[in-house]
Amino acid sequence: MTTRAKQSQIHVIDERCKGCSFCVEFCPQHILYQTNETNAKGYQVVRVSEPDKCTGCGMCSRVCPEFAIYVETPDGKQ
Amino acid sequence: MKTTAIARIGAHPLDEYLRTDRLPHIWCPGCGLGMILGTVLRAIDKSRLDIDRTTIVSGIGCTGRAAGYVKLDSFHVTHGRALPFATGLKLANPNLKVVVFSGDGDLAAIGGNHLIHAARRNIDMTVICVNNFIYGMTGGQLGPTTPEMGRTTTSRKGNTEKPFNIPYLVGAAGATYVARWTTAHVRQMERTFIEALQKKGFSLVEVISPCPTYYGRMNEQATGLDQMRYYRYNSVVKHFANLADVDISLDGQIIVGKFIDIDRPYLPAPKGENGK
Ligand SMILES: Cc1ncc(C[n+]2csc(CCOP(=O)(O)OP(=O)(O)O)c2C)c(N)n1
Ligand code: SF4
Ligand code: SF4
Ligand code: SF4
Repeated sequence: MTTRAKQSQIHVIDERCKGCSFCVEFCPQHILYQTNETNAKGYQVVRVSEPDKCTGCGMCSRVCPEFAIYVETPDGKQ
Repeated sequence: MKTTAIARIGAHPLDEYLRTDRLPHIWCPGCGLGMILGTVLRAIDKSRLDIDRTTIVSGIGCTGRAAGYVKLDSFHVTHGRALPFATGLKLANPNLKVVVFSGDGDLAAIGGNHLIHAARRNIDMTVICVNNFIYGMTGGQLGPTTPEMGRTTTSRKGNTEKPFNIPYLVGAAGATYVARWTTAHVRQMERTFIEALQKKGFSLVEVISPCPTYYGRMNEQATGLDQMRYYRYNSVVKHFANLADVDISLDGQIIVGKFIDIDRPYLPAPKGENGK
């Protein structure tokens, strides 16, 4: 799922997410949350609550062990 | 908020370094291995290494599976032998950048002797030693890094053996670059990997990583997130700490940072030395 915000786009590759919540815990803006929505393997995937607060810092992408979340800003992908 | 359909596979910034057809990988939810592998790939990318001359060598274990997920020349070798294999690779082809990515069991238990000798000989390579305090792949047995009183499937009442302090061990053997981070220090880890990749000589970075399935569950940190929180709130950065003091206890502080960064002659010797 791709969420478009003012300064960035946050992409979650649902089929890779295993619902570990590392991104939720480490996002400095606290704008990610785990949903009840499950992927084909039954893992609860994450979504963005207030996308416009995203700074494009790339922390979510760095802590994700599944290569399942990344952000795109005008400067490129992280 | 506007949302669009599905984020495409192949679009993740690390996908160009990954065998995406093999994802999702086999590692458990909350395991730290994917994050450490991602950080190595980011460091390789940022260091602008020639990926045709960059190789990853892994031994056996959950950690060892890393070699199978990277789209580089990678080698998944027998248990404990990642370092001798990597040594041969480097000596035969000094132009290669050799990275070893393996577990504490592979590198410090069955491969322990190779570890001290690779450090002593100062072979020019970068070793990422993932320490989850346990043998993950074979069912959570105690290993040489299990903290005292740590519970494992083969130490139900708590481990009574003294664990290796890996930075102290390889430092004493002669490693020229030694650091330690946890998976809760992903940015510092990335910077350290970049430095270690540039280092001429034997560099080793120990990364403390969650294994919720075995170690965490048996030691009151049931999820990867519990283990991450523990690292986040119980780590102390002490660069160039006295290595005798950096051992890890079951519920104490984890000392992290860069511990050693020195220079001495390394193998293979640069061209022009040793009469070549
Ligand atoms: C010669 C040999 N002995 C024992 C084994 C069984 N074995 C497979 S993985 C492993 C331990 C791996 O531990 P570690 O390196 O810490 O990796 P982890 O699975 O924890 O990531 C052992 C003992 C083996 N495969 N080969
Ligand atoms: S890029 Fe940074 S601010 Fe944006 S969602 Fe990821 S962690 Fe949060
Ligand atoms: S860190 Fe990755 S796998 Fe874990 S919940 Fe977030 S997107 Fe999913
Ligand atoms: S058993 Fe432990 S080390 Fe192996 S994949 Fe699962 S969590 Fe990771």
